[in-house]
Amino acid sequence: MSCFLTNSSVGKKLVMSISGCFLVLFILFHMSMNLTMLFSWQGYNAICEFLGANWYALAGTALLAAGVLVHFVYAFILTIDNYRARGKQRYAVTVQEKGVSWASKNMLVLGVIVILGLGLHLVHFWSKMQLVEIMGAHASVVGGLDVPATNGAALMMVTFSKWYNVVLYLVWFAALWFHLTHGVWSMFQTAGFANDTWYPRLKCGANIVATLIFLGFAVVAVYCYFTSTPQLIEEMLTYVG
Amino acid sequence: MNFTLKIWRQRDAKSQGAFETYKVENISADTSFLEMMDILNNNLIHEGKEPVAFDHDCREGICGMCSMHINGHAHGPSQAVTTCQMYMRKFKDGSTITIEPWRSAAFPVIRDLVVDRSAYDKILQAGGFISVRTNSVPDGNAIPIPKADADESMDAAACVGCGACAATCKNGSAMLFVAARVSSLAKLPQGKVEGARRAKSMVAKMDELGFGNCTNTGACQAQCPKQVSIAHIARLNREFLAAKLQD
Repeated sequence: MSCFLTNSSVGKKLVMSISGCFLVLFILFHMSMNLTMLFSWQGYNAICEFLGANWYALAGTALLAAGVLVHFVYAFILTIDNYRARGKQRYAVTVQEKGVSWASKNMLVLGVIVILGLGLHLVHFWSKMQLVEIMGAHASVVGGLDVPATNGAALMMVTFSKWYNVVLYLVWFAALWFHLTHGVWSMFQTAGFANDTWYPRLKCGANIVATLIFLGFAVVAVYCYFTSTPQLIEEMLTYVG
Repeated sequence: MNFTLKIWRQRDAKSQGAFETYKVENISADTSFLEMMDILNNNLIHEGKEPVAFDHDCREGICGMCSMHINGHAHGPSQAVTTCQMYMRKFKDGSTITIEPWRSAAFPVIRDLVVDRSAYDKILQAGGFISVRTNSVPDGNAIPIPKADADESMDAAACVGCGACAATCKNGSAMLFVAARVSSLAKLPQGKVEGARRAKSMVAKMDELGFGNCTNTGACQAQCPKQVSIAHIARLNREFLAAKLQD
């Protein structure tokens, strides 16, 4: 199959741009959902129950996995192309050019950190929630406790009661912040929606989106670390909504 | 002024190159960079050594022949000038200056600091032109063009095709060059006619010649001696994607 989305540089980048945009929208949705935890853990569990192994949640998960896969595979294809285009002989002296962000030159490394964090996140949460339901079970054992698959709040409290998990997630969110400061404005440029008037606006917007996402996720993890007590977890596990 | 020069020497495309160190002394601060290279070569010839090969032609910043990666910058540390328009007062007396050829897979070294930039010519031949009859001079005001469009077209047309963009880009991408060519014609009524075909064939040629994919770092515009903006890359993307979607 020969299509400009697979055989031209601009087409391949459009795929990166659109898949990236889709992932940013998902992350914004995920962040808003998490923020419910700050106001009501019962509310958060209601959302978890709604997003179990239902057909719509499964279809959404499959679409999301496809989005991540496409973004990831294209990133590697483009990077290998670029590595070849650069040539074997490198400059002996290099400088950081004016106005060029560090993130823009390290998108692949940042992306790999984000994917590693995602792996950890899937083990921590997805494998104990949706996967459990897909397998036909209703609960899994986490830290010696029987946690129902729909009890996301308890799972979050148990996970973030450990300081090292909070640190790992904060590193993950920081990598995502850097990745988005370049990625968000860059997707407009690749799709052709940018000019000299809009660069400052787009870059400012990208910083705002990246920072909102960082704070939105980080605040919930830190909140869970400071409020998590065995009594609260016990209360969450025995609560019948 | 006195300088120590670390210059890349390479006999031909196939040989292995290496840096060699030279000293130049009593250089006036108002000597241009290429004149300093001429002085060095004079000295080398007097010593019976092989002079350093480097590209140059007009020496007034419009031909795009001079190149050189100087102290980590394409066309040296001065902003918005080509190597030929940079003066030695820009450098500290007694300092060491490292001079390398453009490094990009699509620009192989021919000798010393001279690289083969015919890849850019091939991209131009693929579509960087308009098809018009070429006899009598047309009336300048026959086709009215808004001032803003003409200005933007001229900003893009300022590109001298020196190759600094691809040489600077960490991806070896020629997008700024191709964008400047496509954009300067896309903004004019004469260029619009062949717009879709031009964008498609120039991008296809660029990909075929082994240039990399743009990742929007903006390093090219920072080093471009003519300060061509990456806004032209956005326009190239628009032109190309619109052309492909119409197919």
